Amino acid sequence: MEIILVSIFVVATIIGYFLINNVPSLLHTPLMSGMNALSGVSVLGALIATAEAMEKGYVVLGGIFGSIAIILAMINVVGGFAVTDRMLKMFVHKGEKHD
Amino acid sequence: MINVIFLTSIITQEIYYLVCGVLAVLVLAGIFFMSKVKTAVLGNRLSAIAMIFGIILVIVRYEYLLKWVLYASLVVGTIIGLIFAKKIKMIEMPQMVALLNGVGGAASGIVAIFAFLEIGADKSVFTTTTSLVAILVGFVTLFGSLVAAGKLHKVLPQKPVVLKNHQLISIILLVLMGAMIPLGVICSDFAIFFLIGAIVFSTLFGIAFTIRVGGADMPITISLLNSLSGVAGAIAGLAIGDVLLVAVGGIVGASGLLLTQIMCRAMNRQLIDILLGKTTVSSTSASQVNVPVTESIEPHNIIDPIEVLKNAKRVIIVPGYGMAIAQAQHLVKQLADKLIGQGAVVKYAVHPVAGRMPGHMNVLLCEANVEYEDLYELDDINPEFKDSDVTIVVGANDVINPAARMAEGTPIYGMPILNVDECSHIIIFNFDLKPGYAGVPNPIYTRTHGVSLQLGDAAKTIANILSKL
Repeated sequence: MEIILVSIFVVATIIGYFLINNVPSLLHTPLMSGMNALSGVSVLGALIATAEAMEKGYVVLGGIFGSIAIILAMINVVGGFAVTDRMLKMFVHKGEKHD
Repeated sequence: MINVIFLTSIITQEIYYLVCGVLAVLVLAGIFFMSKVKTAVLGNRLSAIAMIFGIILVIVRYEYLLKWVLYASLVVGTIIGLIFAKKIKMIEMPQMVALLNGVGGAASGIVAIFAFLEIGADKSVFTTTTSLVAILVGFVTLFGSLVAAGKLHKVLPQKPVVLKNHQLISIILLVLMGAMIPLGVICSDFAIFFLIGAIVFSTLFGIAFTIRVGGADMPITISLLNSLSGVAGAIAGLAIGDVLLVAVGGIVGASGLLLTQIMCRAMNRQLIDILLGKTTVSSTSASQVNVPVTESIEPHNIIDPIEVLKNAKRVIIVPGYGMAIAQAQHLVKQLADKLIGQGAVVKYAVHPVAGRMPGHMNVLLCEANVEYEDLYELDDINPEFKDSDVTIVVGANDVINPAARMAEGTPIYGMPILNVDECSHIIIFNFDLKPGYAGVPNPIYTRTHGVSLQLGDAAKTIANILSKL
């Protein structure tokens, strides 16, 4: 299992690297805020850990820290995607007017 | 509800991995679409959809459907995130991204703490090691980002803060951080102490690392923290054995690393110097270089800017962060419109580090209704300076300093610059003639031909020129 996980990490990193290489510097800010949103993927881990902590009886501590983690990750996900969308629309909107 | 419960029973390990694979491909497709302006909105939404399905998948797979705490937290986070995204001004994007990097790092760090305490993960050397690494990276990201965001938002002093023996302190903290990993694995009876040690040392290192970063080094710092927030997620994913976390975290880590490289190249900096704290360019460098000291320059108008602009057919505008500080984007756009109105072709030359994060200047110009087709990258625009009638510089300094080509031994020597000095007529709207962040005087200021220096608040000086055109 560990080996599979590590290889997934390596493969994802390499593919990601080459795909991102194609993004023009024009779009680097939205790219970064979009990536930012993706790094909130830890929300998945936070959900699992929180639920398990509460099931194991750490209702208060697990609940508090778990909720903090979920909220933080979700701010990251939603804030990141929403602001990227807002930014990209600014680019495209102009483009359409231009045509 | 019945449907969902039915689903639960059929989400086996195999199906789970399959769905994770599909979602990871969806994320990669999203990034692929981000490479063109026209498809970028779609790309971003694809990634967002993948994320939503990822959350649903977890909730369904682990049968957490009845845990209201999880939903409440998800909703609270969503609302705060939406408010953030709506309220933020485009000039504040760097601090928003910095803050979100930190928030993501914190979330990964907390997940890793849970995994270290054997919640959400089984006990093994692999889990202990990876969770400790994720905690270290997560907390460096959190506190590094908080300091960076504070500096960008002007809550903290923007000048680099250098402690006595700063570099030594950084290295000692790094060694202590590294030591927590084997100790935590071997002395598992005292694991809790090493957990606390990991949190404390990484917090201190995060602060020590960013506190000495100055304004113009921010693009590199933010890119690096962006990478770290992804890496923290990926390693936390290794600790809890979650495929999607590992894959997506890896992609984000790679993206941040690539942007860091691009920024380092554009600024002529070594990543290792930044990591070890040689972030500020020596302020004494100005005196070491045989370029006249700037105080002696009189603001001069060798050419009449109005005359030159009236006759210009090919115009290049070079915007720098100074333009954004003066909030002069809209005036620059008006000036460009006026020139286009009299038959000129206007192009914008955007240096990779113009602004406070990668690509920042493009966003600021697009916000001011500049067409993205008119924005040119360094390599595309550089051959055109010599054939242009006039180059208009607004609030840019280091990125147009020819010393980068000529003055060997200066901090910016070798840095790719916009070859503004090849243009026959240059009109500069800068606040003053002090050297830029790198501390190297700009020979263009002392040129005896083809230069007009319009000093002071760019919003006022451009408005003044506009009124006379």
